[in-house]
Amino acid sequence: MIKSHYLLLLACLLSATVRAETLTIAVASNFAKPMSEIARAFEKESNHSVRVAFGSSGKLAAQLLQGAPFHMFFSADQDKPELLLKRGIATSGSSFTYALGGLALWSSDPTIDPERVLREGSFTKIALANPRLAPYGIAATEVLLNLALLEASKPRWVLGENIAQTYQFVESGNAELGFVATSQIMENGKLIKGASWPVPQNLHNPIRQDAVLIGKQPSRAAREFAAFVRGAEVTNIIERYGYQTVEADSRAAP
Amino acid sequence: MILTDADLQAIGLTLRLASTVTVLLLLLGTPLAWWLARTSSWLKAPIGALVALPLVLPPTVLGFYLLVAMGPNGPLGQLTQSLGLGSLAFSFWGLVVGSIFYSLPFVVQPIQNSIEAMGARPLEIAATLGAGPIDRFFTVVVPLAKGGIITAAVLGFAHTIGEFGVVLMIGGNIPGETRVLSVQIYDHVEALEYGRAHWLAAGMLVFSFLTLLTLYVFQGRKRRSNALSFGG
Repeated sequence: MIKSHYLLLLACLLSATVRAETLTIAVASNFAKPMSEIARAFEKESNHSVRVAFGSSGKLAAQLLQGAPFHMFFSADQDKPELLLKRGIATSGSSFTYALGGLALWSSDPTIDPERVLREGSFTKIALANPRLAPYGIAATEVLLNLALLEASKPRWVLGENIAQTYQFVESGNAELGFVATSQIMENGKLIKGASWPVPQNLHNPIRQDAVLIGKQPSRAAREFAAFVRGAEVTNIIERYGYQTVEADSRAAP
Repeated sequence: MILTDADLQAIGLTLRLASTVTVLLLLLGTPLAWWLARTSSWLKAPIGALVALPLVLPPTVLGFYLLVAMGPNGPLGQLTQSLGLGSLAFSFWGLVVGSIFYSLPFVVQPIQNSIEAMGARPLEIAATLGAGPIDRFFTVVVPLAKGGIITAAVLGFAHTIGEFGVVLMIGGNIPGETRVLSVQIYDHVEALEYGRAHWLAAGMLVFSFLTLLTLYVFQGRKRRSNALSFGG
């Protein structure tokens, strides 16, 4: 009698596990916070669960090139998803722009005006993500170039290997200023701490962040997740962290 | 040329860092090892454990705390600022300080072991012959513990060459100042430039192997000659 109950329970568990999948998603560091929220929302809505691996886009792309078992990749740029498509690792036709990154000049000291400190040059170290590796770093150098501060500031650069490390340099006060992702310093549309200057978008090229599905035959859960990310609920989450989404961007364009 | 100027600069910087750290570690580590080997104080176990910590701690822990400590509100940051030295973070000397912590057990432990193996007897004899403590250190301890000191120097040097996590966290990747070889390799890999990464990575592999090989050959010979002299 008891035994048959167990069998029934086991059968139920098995059938549930057959349909419910665990997705493993590789996500660029700058998108860590919104992705945690998106994953939770998706888990609530479906019976799938989501595991998220954070890192720099370069490292995650390198791992994918070596066969890392991710279902989806959210890059901080467009180049790496493109490369994965070219190598046949990403699902063809699956790439889309999930967010346009926001760049901010930030200081952990709330009493200063970061823009003024930058223009006056009254700082000893300024942190930015390594422009060789990170799109936020490229955008930061474009800003400095457009402000005619590139050469003057160069000796005072400290480079984070990704945007999370760049944040850490500024947060610990070791660099007075730093170019970070808006998503790192904002929550629900408000600055969490310190002082920031949201960099005007005309000072750098848009930071287009693309996502791709991985594998020739992505699973149903992975496709569902990709569709979910493009839905209205998620668009709201993404914009609350200071990103723009493509729809909003095309509306703003003339 | 296979290696770029930036690669060569990283190699030069790494050698400069490792040499500086090795010299300072021998100066700091030898008295510490001497004390650890000879003391019967209750502090021996806690200090020994502190010295050994970098063997088991992830470099990220050490790097994270160093970064916080070097910040304007951290103890190291306040100390260097009050001395008018500015900040240690993102500087060559910051890396030296970090590497001294990180490589400390690799230098202290071999010296400590060889002093312990030497025993108290040679020192007692030297003392009865009228040698003072400093005299005893240079004429008895240094020659008898020579093997341990050489091992310590080689391991300290090699370990600093191979350091990555701490440097990444407190260095800030500044060319010629904190962009050491391991960080340069990491950057090549991250930028998916595997060809450039391979040259440096393979070079480092060969260097590390040859260093350890030399050390083990030297140690093996020493042990054999010791065995012979004791046997004879």
